[in-house]
Amino acid sequence: MKIWISQHFRTLIAVIARLARTPVASLFNIGVIGIALALPAGFYVGLFNLQGFSRELAADPQISLYLALDAGPADIAQIEKRLGQLPGVRKFRHISREQALSDIKNSTGMADVIASLGQNPLPDAFVIDAADNGTQALEKLRDEFSRWPKIAYAQLDTAWAQRLEAALRLGRLAVLILTTLLAFALVAVTFNTIRLQILTQRDEIEVSRLIGATDTFIRRPFLYFGALLGLAGALAAWAIIWASIYLLNSGLTDLLQLYGANFQLRHLNVDDSLSLLAFSAGLGWFGAWMSVNRYLSASTPR
Amino acid sequence: MIALSGVCKRYPGGYEALKNISFAINTGEMVFITGHSGAGKSTLLKLIAAIERPTSGSIVINGQNLGALRPGAIPFLRRNFGLIFQDHKLLFDRTLFDNVMLPLNIRGFDRREAQKRVRAALDKVGLLSREKAYPVTLSGGEQQRLCIARAIVHRPAILLADEPTGNLDAAYASDLGDLFTSFNQVGVTVIIATHDENLGDRLKPRAIVLNHGELAAS
Ligand SMILES: Nc1ncnc2c1ncn2[C@@H]1O[C@H](COP(=O)(O)OP(=O)(O)O)[C@@H](O)[C@H]1O
Ligand SMILES: [Mg+2]
Repeated sequence: MKIWISQHFRTLIAVIARLARTPVASLFNIGVIGIALALPAGFYVGLFNLQGFSRELAADPQISLYLALDAGPADIAQIEKRLGQLPGVRKFRHISREQALSDIKNSTGMADVIASLGQNPLPDAFVIDAADNGTQALEKLRDEFSRWPKIAYAQLDTAWAQRLEAALRLGRLAVLILTTLLAFALVAVTFNTIRLQILTQRDEIEVSRLIGATDTFIRRPFLYFGALLGLAGALAAWAIIWASIYLLNSGLTDLLQLYGANFQLRHLNVDDSLSLLAFSAGLGWFGAWMSVNRYLSASTPR
Repeated sequence: MIALSGVCKRYPGGYEALKNISFAINTGEMVFITGHSGAGKSTLLKLIAAIERPTSGSIVINGQNLGALRPGAIPFLRRNFGLIFQDHKLLFDRTLFDNVMLPLNIRGFDRREAQKRVRAALDKVGLLSREKAYPVTLSGGEQQRLCIARAIVHRPAILLADEPTGNLDAAYASDLGDLFTSFNQVGVTVIIATHDENLGDRLKPRAIVLNHGELAAS
């Protein structure tokens, strides 16, 4: 067991030394793999950021009631009373048209536009949290509200979150397709790299086989090499994504400040990062395995 | 114990290199396989080391029938042998030390034990002081001795040497003869294929003589 471990350890050292012996070629290989992986992985990061955003929106679905512009204080009081009695309503809040106007002025930088309007174009509104956040219950509630007098429009805010969710499903499919294609590219890159390495070590492989090396023994350093290449490529991809998000975030901060909003892209989490590393190392291993096996079976003298 | 019975070898292309060869070699024997160039000596050694496969007939080594071996078992069969190749098959990008280390790496030897054995083998063939050199810096006779060091470092039970005196001068050849005799004296079965009659004259071993692929004497 000790010998077995030390044998693997020695192989690993030898393989790292081999990578270091041709630094330029190694860096190019790692770079190619890194970029190939950064594409789907970066797309994936974008998706889960959007997803987090849509979930935030969908987490607390609210119904907005916009009152008719001619609704007076009595109508508002009437609606408040009915809302208070309705069991499906958990909580509601009245936003007066004056308050809505000042909110908009403060938050969106449209102060000039608003000021140029002679009168307040906004209606009174209610924002309602339902007791039951199921889509059906919400839709039923919305339909009921729209039948009430002096309600101009009842809006369920989950509608566009649902649309976003559908778009995200499409995006996830795209990531899957992209990942499959680039996984193939990664296997091809390691396959070829290992093939070239085998060519430079043909003599050693031949002698080793003649004097009793098993295929497992011959394969081992190449498999390590493939896995290491994949791992290094994944680290490169991770760094590319991290740097991109970092740059985007500082850009976003500046941009969103103009709108008084604050939103930061999230980095790859630990689980996803580890999956990326394992996935890539696995593919590198697989590419090497195919390459060595092809060589071994083609050169077996029987 | 190595036993061949009715062994034929026809190479792809149809050339029949060995025809109906039968003989046995006992453990601890020293045997020469002789014959003109092209008689089939190398082919015979390759069949014994399972590098080539007989077209017909059977080869049994220490009770194992080579024809019945799984491909996965062949490396382990080969570990019984020390092989000295006609074309040396040295690794020119490795030091002498690393060349001799190769068989021990393959067998997964403990590092320290392996280093001791490599030095002992290099010492045996008189190359210990050159352990850090590369094979290109060696003369033909020294390269031949390096091959021998690599073949014996794992202390094989059977030594197979193909033209070990190749194109060496007579003095070198007789040194090598002594070396092989010393291995044989500690119980190693030694099989040497050679067309060098001087070597045979001096050592007077049992000779298996091939003539155009047929057994002329054993
Ligand atoms: N791989 C091969 N393919 C075809 N013919 C071969 C091959 N190896 C050897 N031969 C032929 O088999 C015959 C015996 O060769 P070999 O065993 O090398 O003879 P020796 O070692 O006695 O000189 C020769 O005629 C040689 O040309
Ligand atoms: Mg020959």
